Amino acid sequence: METKKMALIATKGTLDWAYPPFILASTAAALGYEVQIFFTFYGLQLLKKDLSNLKVSPLGNPGMPMKMPFGPKWFKGINWNIPNAVQSLVPGYENIATGLMKQTIANNGVATIPDLRDLCQEAEVKMIACQMTVELFGFDHSDFIGDIEYGGAATFFEFAGETDICLFI
Amino acid sequence: MNFDKELDARGLNCPLPILRTKKSLGELESGQVLKVSSTDPGSVKDMQAFAKQTGNELLSTAENGGEFIFLMRKH
Repeated sequence: METKKMALIATKGTLDWAYPPFILASTAAALGYEVQIFFTFYGLQLLKKDLSNLKVSPLGNPGMPMKMPFGPKWFKGINWNIPNAVQSLVPGYENIATGLMKQTIANNGVATIPDLRDLCQEAEVKMIACQMTVELFGFDHSDFIGDIEYGGAATFFEFAGETDICLFI
Repeated sequence: MNFDKELDARGLNCPLPILRTKKSLGELESGQVLKVSSTDPGSVKDMQAFAKQTGNELLSTAENGGEFIFLMRKH
């Protein structure tokens, strides 16, 4: 049987949106797929050596439930409907929301992003950083983990054109 | 039924039970059996899908008080 292939484009640089590319890539690799991820624009954040700066913002995101990861059951069930105007005025609001999100992730036995990225690297998922956006955003290769490649759109197509699954995230 | 290796994936959520299963199978010889315990309800469907796509044989699935037990024979 010929090896199946999957290519992903990761364009988001927040804690929540870091999950889809790494979950799909690690799972596909476990299923025997050859996988490449092309990280471009804000997706470059997912290749940084230090991933502790990934955050989640409930501001302007009406789809995000705001529940507390601690306390009695009735308390955890409350959806805190905080108006955008309030969210935008409270200093450190994003940091608090990110801290609560990380606690929720741990409570649910969901892997952390550094762990999932490590699993992808162990499974030989090939990661490519978009050289153009590295320069556009003033990043340096030393900001990123090793074992990645740098390339452009043509590099992506070289592999993507041969794939069974190709997703833009 | 007898098994050759046991994996405790309880408390873990998608995709970790599958990733750990893949890793554990890698430590077995062809024909040997892995027992996996999980508390992730999604793992029931996922283990079937994993077996189907990788050629490993899912011998049985059982549920006991919110805990799922899988037996998988390595391809």
